[in-house]
Amino acid sequence: MSDLMSFSEIDGSGAVLIAAQRRVAMVTLKTDLSNKITRAAIKKLLGTTVPAQRKIANGVAWMAPDELLIMVPEGSTPEAQIEQLNANIKAPMLAVDVSDARAVFTLKGNNAREVLAKGAPIDLSADAFAQGDFRRTRLGQVAVAFWMEADDEITLICFASLRQFMFDWLVNAAQKGSLPAYLNR
Amino acid sequence: MLLLTCPYCGVEAEETEFLGAGQAHLKRHMDGSTDGEFTAYLFERKNPKGIVFERWRHVYGCGKWFHAARCAVTLEVFGTYSAQTFEPPKDIIAKIKAKRPEWEAKP
Ligand SMILES: [Zn+2]
Repeated sequence: MSDLMSFSEIDGSGAVLIAAQRRVAMVTLKTDLSNKITRAAIKKLLGTTVPAQRKIANGVAWMAPDELLIMVPEGSTPEAQIEQLNANIKAPMLAVDVSDARAVFTLKGNNAREVLAKGAPIDLSADAFAQGDFRRTRLGQVAVAFWMEADDEITLICFASLRQFMFDWLVNAAQKGSLPAYLNR
Repeated sequence: MLLLTCPYCGVEAEETEFLGAGQAHLKRHMDGSTDGEFTAYLFERKNPKGIVFERWRHVYGCGKWFHAARCAVTLEVFGTYSAQTFEPPKDIIAKIKAKRPEWEAKP
């Protein structure tokens, strides 16, 4: 977990710690990811291969067959990343700074999976969803994406306009005594 | 519960992750069509008690449109396939015929 300064709001009253991260720099890249030349360019640029379907690796997440979400590494900026992507990918593409469009949350605790299991219609057991997996789905009625940062830590993103609603939802779902501690057995 | 596999994400997900958008493979009657054809394109839909071909969108996932062949009564899914096609793939038709010999594909 990043240091406390990177959070704008933290609630530790529940069984799982819920924290809203400050602005996280990220870039959306839309382009045909099956294009070999594009894949090579992305690898050279980001220092990591294009993640497989529904995977996340080294801060690059598979959003769709033609979409990546790139967390901008420390020391760089969305503007610099976009400039590099524009310069190096020859196929039709679009790179956009979505940092202000997204809210990012950290869920930390042994039963973090169960907080999401209350609202997401998917199998969140450790067998079905592990580190490296990336899942876009809904949480309640909110479109979200999340991944395991560690066995006891989840990062979740949603649209920025729903930041407060999502935070309150997560805090409510994480209340002490409300998680059956089933998924981490 | 209806489970569909998104052909783009390769993930089997629950119905509420998707948006159902009705009958698939409609012929778009546009300029030059008769009033009857155009009315049918806009308003008339089949509603069979049995095999249906539908458009779906993975709205909470990758956002892609795709097609699904399923039974409207039992919710059995015979397959999902690309949106970039005018008719169901042969392997899906074969699968339906194998399981429902009485079913006949109507134009
Ligand atoms: Zn999908």
